[in-house]
Amino acid sequence: MLKGFYALILVLGPFILPGIINRIKAIWAGRKGPAILQPLFDFNKLIRKGEVISKTTSFVFRIAPPVNVAAVLFASLIIPLPQHNAILSFPGDFILFAYSLALARFMLVIAALDTGSSFEGMGSAREITFSAIVEPAFFILVGSLALVTGHTSFAAIFELLNYSTGFTILVKSLCVISLFIMLLTECARVPVDDPNTHLELTMIHEVMILDYSGSDLAFMQYAVGLKMVTIATLLANLLIPTGTGTAAGLALYLVVLAIAAIAVGLVESWIARLRMTHVPQFIFLMAAFSLTAFAVVMFLIHGGF
Amino acid sequence: MNWIELNNLQTAPLAKVPLLSIETFRKDLLQAVTAGKRVVDFFADREADQALLYAVLADDHLSRLYMAAAVFDRENSYPSMTAEAPMLHLFEREVFEQYGIEPQGHPWLKPVRRGIAGISDMEVPYPFMRMKGEQLHEVGVGPVHAGVIEPGHFRFSCHGEQVYHLEIELGFQHRGVENLFIRNAEKPNYLLHLAESIAGDTVIGHGGAFVRACEALEGLMVSRQTRLIRTIALELERIGVHLGDLSALSGDVAYLTGNNVFGAMRTQIINTSMAICGSRFGRGLLTIGGVNYDISAALKSKIEATLDDIEEKVELAAEVLFSSSSASARFEKTGVISTSIARELGLVGPAARASGLAIDVRQDFPFGAYNQFPVHAITLNSGDVFARAYIRYIEIIQSIRIIREQLQNLDSGELKQISSAKLPPETLVVSLAEGWRGEISHIAITDIRGKIKRYRIKDPSYHNWIALALAVRNEGISDFPLCNKSFNLSYCGFDL
Repeated sequence: MLKGFYALILVLGPFILPGIINRIKAIWAGRKGPAILQPLFDFNKLIRKGEVISKTTSFVFRIAPPVNVAAVLFASLIIPLPQHNAILSFPGDFILFAYSLALARFMLVIAALDTGSSFEGMGSAREITFSAIVEPAFFILVGSLALVTGHTSFAAIFELLNYSTGFTILVKSLCVISLFIMLLTECARVPVDDPNTHLELTMIHEVMILDYSGSDLAFMQYAVGLKMVTIATLLANLLIPTGTGTAAGLALYLVVLAIAAIAVGLVESWIARLRMTHVPQFIFLMAAFSLTAFAVVMFLIHGGF
Repeated sequence: MNWIELNNLQTAPLAKVPLLSIETFRKDLLQAVTAGKRVVDFFADREADQALLYAVLADDHLSRLYMAAAVFDRENSYPSMTAEAPMLHLFEREVFEQYGIEPQGHPWLKPVRRGIAGISDMEVPYPFMRMKGEQLHEVGVGPVHAGVIEPGHFRFSCHGEQVYHLEIELGFQHRGVENLFIRNAEKPNYLLHLAESIAGDTVIGHGGAFVRACEALEGLMVSRQTRLIRTIALELERIGVHLGDLSALSGDVAYLTGNNVFGAMRTQIINTSMAICGSRFGRGLLTIGGVNYDISAALKSKIEATLDDIEEKVELAAEVLFSSSSASARFEKTGVISTSIARELGLVGPAARASGLAIDVRQDFPFGAYNQFPVHAITLNSGDVFARAYIRYIEIIQSIRIIREQLQNLDSGELKQISSAKLPPETLVVSLAEGWRGEISHIAITDIRGKIKRYRIKDPSYHNWIALALAVRNEGISDFPLCNKSFNLSYCGFDL
């Protein structure tokens, strides 16, 4: 039952979340905007279309989309549904989570390089540079949570974290900010990337999938949405207190997913994109918040370093 | 320097243009440029077995134009002037490409437009400058782009994200406009449509320069009402494009608010053009001898209401855009063109004014209603994307006030003078106009039977493309689209 619910979220969420973001941006702009499910309609359209595959590419280009989707999907199975166990859960599972995402990114990057296009090379370089900052920041973040709780699996960490009160609120809020920056970076949103631009020279994620068409493109886009759902689920785990009750907990979970999408939509409505050279500074903010969480934990629980 | 002195739209017998030896021509020209004069145009013409090289210089402070020609009998080359007067670099290349007169020692003698048989044949690859080094890479963009924009090829030599050099290859839309003017010289309506189509976003700018050139040659005095309506249309064109540019600049940095509100206002303005003449881009309004449409009292009050609305909204939107720290962080200190470089390259229009050059044809060489209602050039000094964006905002407000003034002076005067379509023989006229992009120059020369034998067109983009290439040097390659948009140059106006 719960697994079915989570499966439904993983199938529909990647379309609905971007749909909500687009709707928020449209409302801010004074437009009606496309249907919330428009990304799903686009997906449906794309999988019926034929594909054009560049002659310069090798098998790498072909296998990247399925591997990319599979890796992100696998990562999402490691994240527990709030107040419940994850489908895959064991001590140290967050490391597997991080490297599943890394595998997805690796496939994306080598497939982009496989096309031999200078645009895609540039996009890959940017993606790698920025993710090199995100990854350690994520480990610091989860590491500090592991320190608070004394556990190293997502499910156990969140279960314990959500029982206690007081200073964990401070740690949690730092973690929420940190995870939100991770969401913006990993899912190629403003101010890191601009999902709406047609300017190849400024793109990061979009330019890497420039050569994909048809169902490959559909699944590449689905993978980004899935990443967003996954990271938003992490956020929900942080925010929903243990003992909320199953039904209320699941309802809250949906609310958190929606709020995450609305927050992204508002960020994109209000601020401009960063200059490319300033993007690392923004992502370093994630590391900064993670480190602060770590420091708070060290001082309050362990009485110092 | 015994060059003939001219005013904007003042006709002169061809015989009055001094024919100099190339040595004197060269010496005079370089001296004038050193003394601060600007090259408005530099072009060639062929006459029997002679080739003539014409130059039109402007002294913006004295509001005077100077013109002379050099004759080439046997020699088909001369020592290039580009090294000493960089603003000539493209003119010399063009003359070489079209007439084979070689500027010897030109540092950058490359094709100007693709598709011209011989020198810039499509078959021959463009000789891009190559940089060598292990960590350098090249990025080629275009001529087919991801967005619906005009074709042009941009070749970047980069070190990582940093642009060392950009070379721009244009001419993909070369359609031989100047030759079409000659071949269809007997069909004035054809020529009018052609002039309106030189650059689709500068219909009134180019169209106006053309009709005024014809009227000047013919000696036709247009009515005051005509001059006012033409000025209103030209300023509406300026406001419309500037609003569109502010919207696009916001869009390029993903600043949604600016993108939307300026875009919506642009629609209001171009719809006003449609209310006047049925075309949102002003097509069909102008005719030789007048305008085709009047502005009724009802329409006048409607335009006034629109302007009030736009003025209030623009000020609000500009305050939001230019006080947004995230947008300013992208605009400021990006793509800087210094005043000295702007002057050396002979930049024109808002791009020049954003770099501190106080040049504006409406101020320096007033035409039409600007003679009665003077305009002052507005300048900014930083020469970056911010300045080129901000100057658009100020010019929108300036244009709104100009239109208001013109509207108040409208009466019910006659609209059209009948054109005899008879031009005087062996006469020339220089018609300058300040389009929204900057100085537009049309030069018409008639032959012994009073038929146009040379029609020379210069879009402001012609001066400014090189500035874009220099603006992105040492910038991040991801800032190129933003710099490009801040100039918003015409491809088809350049390609002709």
